[in-house]
Amino acid sequence: MSSLGLLSTRGVSLSFGGVLAADAIDFDLMEGERLAVVGQNGAGKTTFINICTGFIKPTSGQVFFNGADITALSPRAVTRLGVGRSFQLPQVFTEHTVRECLMLAASAVKQRRGFLLPLSQAVDANEVDETLELLQLAARAHDLAGSLPEGQRKLLDVAMALVLRPKLMIMDEPTSGVSTDEKHGLMAVLMRALDERQVTSIFVEHDIDIVRRYATRLCAWIAGRIAADGLPEAVLRDPIVIKNVIGE
Amino acid sequence: MRLRLLVVVLAVAVLALGLFFPWVKTPVLVALANGLAVSGVIVLIRAGQVSFGNAMFACLAGYGTAFMAREWQLDALLLIALSCVLAALAGAIIGFFIVRYRGIFFGMLNLALSMVLFSVLGKFGAVTGGTDGLRFDRPTLAFVHFEREGFETALLVLALVLSIGAGWVVQRYFASVSGQALAAIKTNETRLEYLGISAKRVFWGGYVLAATLCGLGGSLFALTQGLVTPEMGYWVRSGELVFVAILGGSGHALGAFIGAFVYEFMKLYAAALLTGAWQLVMGLVLIVMVFVAPKGVFGMIERHLRSRSKA
Repeated sequence: MSSLGLLSTRGVSLSFGGVLAADAIDFDLMEGERLAVVGQNGAGKTTFINICTGFIKPTSGQVFFNGADITALSPRAVTRLGVGRSFQLPQVFTEHTVRECLMLAASAVKQRRGFLLPLSQAVDANEVDETLELLQLAARAHDLAGSLPEGQRKLLDVAMALVLRPKLMIMDEPTSGVSTDEKHGLMAVLMRALDERQVTSIFVEHDIDIVRRYATRLCAWIAGRIAADGLPEAVLRDPIVIKNVIGE
Repeated sequence: MRLRLLVVVLAVAVLALGLFFPWVKTPVLVALANGLAVSGVIVLIRAGQVSFGNAMFACLAGYGTAFMAREWQLDALLLIALSCVLAALAGAIIGFFIVRYRGIFFGMLNLALSMVLFSVLGKFGAVTGGTDGLRFDRPTLAFVHFEREGFETALLVLALVLSIGAGWVVQRYFASVSGQALAAIKTNETRLEYLGISAKRVFWGGYVLAATLCGLGGSLFALTQGLVTPEMGYWVRSGELVFVAILGGSGHALGAFIGAFVYEFMKLYAAALLTGAWQLVMGLVLIVMVFVAPKGVFGMIERHLRSRSKA
């Protein structure tokens, strides 16, 4: 087997009935990369993320993280190995405050869950506060997560994964549902936070401007396969990508 | 601080009620026993789950108390402790598979199991006393032999202490990592899993705590009556526990006890004044509460305390 990256797949396939959502995907992500994933709806981008984070088991093939085979692991186990994830629809605890959300996330790192141990004593408060500052959520710390506007919910979604100190962050459409004016500001905050924590990242994105500005590598997904892979500018000039992903 | 003062005032009031009006001692004891069971239901509601079968743990602990009192003539304190262990064990075993279910499936599976217990207790009369139940002699309490009145008074003090202790444990649990994770099950189980936290394990812990609290209430109820019947585990009893949780408010353990007292005395007076139609009063009160005070009586008190502290 060829040498593995931080995240690698070998021959990963998945079919839903007659539809091939992932078609023998061989993929390597190296440490320090900022990979953008583009593709039309239904191309298999989110399915690939779900396979890499243990949410869906592939029909065949293997997934490796940091050299270990994680194909059969649960999302919980994959998370513990150092893979953080954010979602297209932010997954936050809407009835907790922003700070409580992060505290609960931080408590998962230490695995201290004494039956009567107060949450406030189970976490490193500095770590929580630093992450709040980093994602520019400190001003909303005591607001309910459910009351946040979409952009800040997206930031909280990432913050909850980031407080776990992951090696890899996979973000599914971090700018979807956010107004065009706010997209770049949101991505700037996210990328600065990931750089500061030295986290390798994958993000699914539809906005080509965002891809050009923030990605160091680009994969274009077509019908469950990686149709083009390389530097963003090169991939974006690929005629197949122009025809099937970007549009004429 | 205001809440602590409220707890002290209510505890003194309950004690005074029981001591100076002996004829309400039994309803007060029943209310405290129910309050303990309801505090278990509140734990499950924190996870967004409603069980229509939690009275089975109260019933199981009640029968445990009766069996042990009849067979081994144990002290009441030991009977309560062992009955709680029994309820906790049952909760741990049942919880092992039931925590995989959510919503209506969780609620109905609990109901189904409680009805299995109800039927077994009713049908195996040779062991369980059948539908007549099991009667047992008044045990010693802290190794002291009390007459009926003295026993009830001592039991009242014990029930009050246990209720305050259980309320403290529930509140402390709600503020803990496990309790906060339990509350997160209600809003986002997916994120919980993606934090590396097992939602099932967290829920299992909450389920066992709920079973133990229901068991504590059931054991106290059995000691108060000196009699246990399968009715203790009938699904209507479980429904009453949910009713009381909504009435009192599920935001705080205190709501369970306030609800239990309101319910017990409302039932007492409604049954006396409108014999045969007391359920009508209960139904109307529940409808009014859902519309006017969805967070229950405790929610109203909490709102009042907040507005006063702001003023």
